Amino acid sequence: MNFLLLAAENATQLPLAVSNGTNWFLEHAWIVPLLPAVSFVIILFFGKRMPRKGAEVGVAAVALAFVFAVLTGVAWINHRDNYTPPAASESALVIDGGEIAPDQVVPAAEEAPTKGEVVTEGGGEAEQPTVAIHKSTTWLRNGGVAFDAGILVDGLSVLMLFMVTLVSLLVHIYSTDYVAGDRRYTHFFAFLSLFTAAMLFFVLSDNILQMIVGWELVGVCSFVLIGHWWEEKANSDAAMKAFITNRVGDIGLLVGVIILFFTAGNGSFDILTINSNIVSGGVSHTALIVAAMSLTAAVMSKSGQFVLHTWLPDAMAGPTPVSALIHAATMVVAGIYMVARLYPVFFEGMQIGGSSINLLAVVGAVTLVLAGLVAFVQSDIKKVLAYSTISQLGYMVMALGVGAWTAAIFHLFTHAFFKACLFLGAGSTSHAVHSFDMKKDMGGLRRWMPHTYLTFVVASLALAGIFPLAGFWSKDEILSGTGGWGLFGGTGGNGAYTFMLAMGILGAALTGAYMTRVIYLTFHGEFRGHGTPHESGRLILVPLYVLAGFALLAGLINLPVGFITGNNSSWQERFGHYVQPVAGYFPDIAQATPSYSLAIVSSFVAFAGIGYAFWYYFVKLDRLARATGESLTELPDGLVANSAVARAGHTLLVQKYYLDHLYTDIIVGTTKGVIARAANWTNQNVIDGAVNLAGRWSVKVGRFTYDRIDQPLVDGLANATGRASNSLGDGFRVVQTGKVQQYAALLFAAAALLGGALVVVLSL
Amino acid sequence: MNSLLLAEVSGPAFPVLTAIVVLPLIGAALLTLLPRNRPDLLKQVAVLVSAAVGAMTIWVLVQFDTGSAAADFQFVDRQSWISSLGISWTLGVDGISLFLVVLTGILFPISIIAVNEKKDPKSYYAWILVLEAGCLGAFLALDLFAFFVAFEIVLVPMYFLIAKWGHGDRAYAATKFFIYTMLGSALMFVGILSLVFLTASATGGPITFDLQTLANSQALSTTTSRWIFLSFAAAFAVKVPLFPFHTWLPDAHTNAPTAGSVILAGVMLKLGTYGFLRFGIYLFPEAAVYFAPMLITLGVIGIVYGAIVATMQKDLKRLIAYSSIAHLGFIMIGIFALDTQGLEGGLLQMVNHGLSTGALFLLVGMIYERRHTREIAKLGGLQKSAPILAAAFMIVMLSSVGLPGLNGFVGEFLILLGSFAAHRWWAVVAATGVILAALYMLWAYQRVFHGPAEGDNATMPDLNAKEGLVLISLISMIVFLGVYPKPVLDRMEPAVDALISHVETNVPRFKEPTATHLATVKLGDLSALEGSASGEGSGN
Repeated sequence: MNFLLLAAENATQLPLAVSNGTNWFLEHAWIVPLLPAVSFVIILFFGKRMPRKGAEVGVAAVALAFVFAVLTGVAWINHRDNYTPPAASESALVIDGGEIAPDQVVPAAEEAPTKGEVVTEGGGEAEQPTVAIHKSTTWLRNGGVAFDAGILVDGLSVLMLFMVTLVSLLVHIYSTDYVAGDRRYTHFFAFLSLFTAAMLFFVLSDNILQMIVGWELVGVCSFVLIGHWWEEKANSDAAMKAFITNRVGDIGLLVGVIILFFTAGNGSFDILTINSNIVSGGVSHTALIVAAMSLTAAVMSKSGQFVLHTWLPDAMAGPTPVSALIHAATMVVAGIYMVARLYPVFFEGMQIGGSSINLLAVVGAVTLVLAGLVAFVQSDIKKVLAYSTISQLGYMVMALGVGAWTAAIFHLFTHAFFKACLFLGAGSTSHAVHSFDMKKDMGGLRRWMPHTYLTFVVASLALAGIFPLAGFWSKDEILSGTGGWGLFGGTGGNGAYTFMLAMGILGAALTGAYMTRVIYLTFHGEFRGHGTPHESGRLILVPLYVLAGFALLAGLINLPVGFITGNNSSWQERFGHYVQPVAGYFPDIAQATPSYSLAIVSSFVAFAGIGYAFWYYFVKLDRLARATGESLTELPDGLVANSAVARAGHTLLVQKYYLDHLYTDIIVGTTKGVIARAANWTNQNVIDGAVNLAGRWSVKVGRFTYDRIDQPLVDGLANATGRASNSLGDGFRVVQTGKVQQYAALLFAAAALLGGALVVVLSL
Repeated sequence: MNSLLLAEVSGPAFPVLTAIVVLPLIGAALLTLLPRNRPDLLKQVAVLVSAAVGAMTIWVLVQFDTGSAAADFQFVDRQSWISSLGISWTLGVDGISLFLVVLTGILFPISIIAVNEKKDPKSYYAWILVLEAGCLGAFLALDLFAFFVAFEIVLVPMYFLIAKWGHGDRAYAATKFFIYTMLGSALMFVGILSLVFLTASATGGPITFDLQTLANSQALSTTTSRWIFLSFAAAFAVKVPLFPFHTWLPDAHTNAPTAGSVILAGVMLKLGTYGFLRFGIYLFPEAAVYFAPMLITLGVIGIVYGAIVATMQKDLKRLIAYSSIAHLGFIMIGIFALDTQGLEGGLLQMVNHGLSTGALFLLVGMIYERRHTREIAKLGGLQKSAPILAAAFMIVMLSSVGLPGLNGFVGEFLILLGSFAAHRWWAVVAATGVILAALYMLWAYQRVFHGPAEGDNATMPDLNAKEGLVLISLISMIVFLGVYPKPVLDRMEPAVDALISHVETNVPRFKEPTATHLATVKLGDLSALEGSASGEGSGN
């Protein structure tokens, strides 16, 4: 074991991390990913012979992992409030009910505040520094560089353990019913387990190399599961597209990691080393900006950000539980997690503090609006949700870009629940109507599927950010985190990101509107499909209710300061307190104070979006449908029908900004077509042509010189020019042996002569 | 006491390396005495002999001293041969050749077991065993003459394997392969003779072909050794093959029988990269530093070019052949990064490529045996009829595209790390090879294994037990090297470090561009990377 006990650069009493002496669950967090990994192996080799075809192993392993994750979470809460390392205890820390007197510990992050005022909870009371748990072992050592494998347990990773295992468990349970009878049922569960293991492995990484490993492994699981029904070309294509688009981002990941290794890591991959080196200064800004931009490319592909997002809607070709788990709640947030984990790289590299624009914030802001717009023209319910996911991931990226770290992670957390709930709800409806097409095969489903309807509406309201559901709190925190709201009379934040605030508010209106459209098209109006729909079974509904419950309540764990409970800190910003590190490996970011006026404005905007869509669908369209007796999905005389501009915009959205054309037809098409063909032509005619020409010329020279001396030799060279006979038959070996030997003898003789000549010349 | 014991161990009475080289030849001779009409017996003898050789290589691996002698040549066996010309039969193994020898020892029995050759099995197995002796001799020889003989000998059996047991335009492919590589070797022969005689005349000492003596004397002028390096490079560049000397490879691969392709890709291409390491850099450190940027450039072109041309291929085997060009380009940039990470990554990647490309050629051979075509357009939906074969193909393919957890990633990442320290823009371009690899490999996989299965594709039988065992042995090595490459890298590192310090000693302007070295330059300044890059930048 090779423990790293890292002292903060500016000499606080507390180390950044400890390796033991804390809690058993924190020190053994690696068991959490190990459980589903073992389950993968068991299902793969023995699954088919089991009574439930391996599903029972998957569910049990993930359930156990969830229990471990919860216990780890409890242990973390206790550790965060009460831990004092042995070294620091000598300086007589007074521990009193989890509160440390502020004058006795100087948190590393607050020693050298650079910009902005650090607003801590309870109005000025200093936060106790976070001491992470870090254990690592050497994987291999090469040229003085240690390649480690280990775990880094702090609030962020513990949160992810909880979220991933919970959603994965619910998806596992849901899948036992949803994919029952599938042709590759066992295979499906094996890869769900492997994915869960890989994702947990990723979030526990203590070094950036291990992060790459986890990052790629989740990508492969995603590839396999998107292509689960690979008999159809569309699914296989979608899987390919996902893998390849992610590979594009992987270049950025590889380059970024290598730059960090050489600069911030100073020859180490260790996350704590890299982060603390950056926080304490001394890493060149140029290196950090290049690294941050390279890593942003990786975020854009993995977390579906504009312009590398196009794989994500196509990935809906996979089974719905996969969409819920991988392409909504967990894998796609890997990019967000990576930024959060390596936040000093981005915070310092992109100079997030004190600025009003940077790449990350712009990518997020643009994505959240553009994806939200495309969601309006989709008729496939999963595609709407996919664009919605892209849009929400845009919120998270934007939040990280403006310095609202906690808000981003909080939104990641709440989004996982309501979006998984929406996806699983969409799966439940498709279970009933055997289609995902809202316009053709759905409508009026609330009559048959009241439970699915209820949970879907709750999750939609949470997504739309309606008070007091989960999305309201997290989205509002992002908006206030932009700091661009001087207009509304608030203070704090890291800069003046006014553009991001505007995009965020616009996004809120779009979200409410497209979800209203989905609810109408799916659950209201007349049923447009075939047969009689039915409500799904208990194994599907229980996960829906659990997730809806979280969508309803999860926001309450991070109530803003001063909300309802006055200044009683025990119920405020608990999430931020336990998750956001206060440590030498985390940058000195400024928290924004909440603003009631902003919350009211954004809620009003969200209601406006919902209200407009409601008026369009529930009032006008519904009235028209009743009048005509048809089940309509859009107004015949709407804006698109009447305005050329709107029609053009509509076409642009339907064509998804033509990005797929750009990639498939222009970039890939040119590479596979023109460029590859040109390269191949050059290969055959120029490079190989030169070889053959040389052969042919040798023949000519040979014929001229040796014509009467050695006829078979010339034939041998003629063979080299490519037109050899197929009728060599039995005599082949004898004849060929002769030729080759003669040729070899000639070459040797020539070489020896040349060598001798060279020796003579050079010796003179 | 302890050192006495070590001395005894390092100089064993039994010349195991000579036995490793000679045993396949004895096996080949034995085969010629056996009756022609007993194919099973012939195969059993061939399997037995190659397995015995494989076991001996593994014994060498186990006995390899990782302690005080870790950086030296071990098991050295020195016999006088043509003493008047200073030629000796000297064999030895160090961390650089060790795993290539083991790879050869493992791949030969596997490729013999995997294929049942019906056409004239007697000469087929005999030629394969001669080929094995040649490959092992080339990896083990520490005498330039012995090396050259072994390096040339491999051409003959491979020529016959392609010409007689191959497919398609096999005579053309075989002759092209033979003449092309022979031309390169002829230049190297000139180089060897020049090196030997010029060194003798410069030092005034006796004529010697001994590798270590020549490497340590460094008696030639800069210009002369650069020219001689180029003559060696000609032979190795064709063998690797380095762009633009690669066109023999796709023809040879496509038309060779399965075992021939496996050995060609798995073992014989490494003779080129190994040659660069053992002879190019070791004998001519100054020239290696001087030409490194050029060779890296060709390697990078090979990565991108090989990948682009691979996407065009209609024949599965040809596609894998072009992927080899890309992979070998990767190995070249690792080697000529001239730092520990790059060199070791390149060395590891040689082994990785041998395993994964060997396995891919076996798999294509298995498909060909069943479907009698390798044309991608005629295949499809094979995952339905042969799910185990598809899974094996998938794992091997993912290893080939460098997925973490499998062997390819470790080598690729070390190479990128090492070459970034030395030539960072080339490393970035090489990293794009990563997507291109995924593009052509996955695209091929999709067309062959996904989609609806029709006609013969729907009824294609899955792997049988023998094929399964063969693939499991390769896949388990692929996984092992991906998960725990430490024992392999630990054994390579002392020899690699010794080679680098040999370069540093003999080339005053050269300093190994490593992470630790960078750290001493200036913490955290990216621009420091530029200044400390190897090769041209700092020196002349």
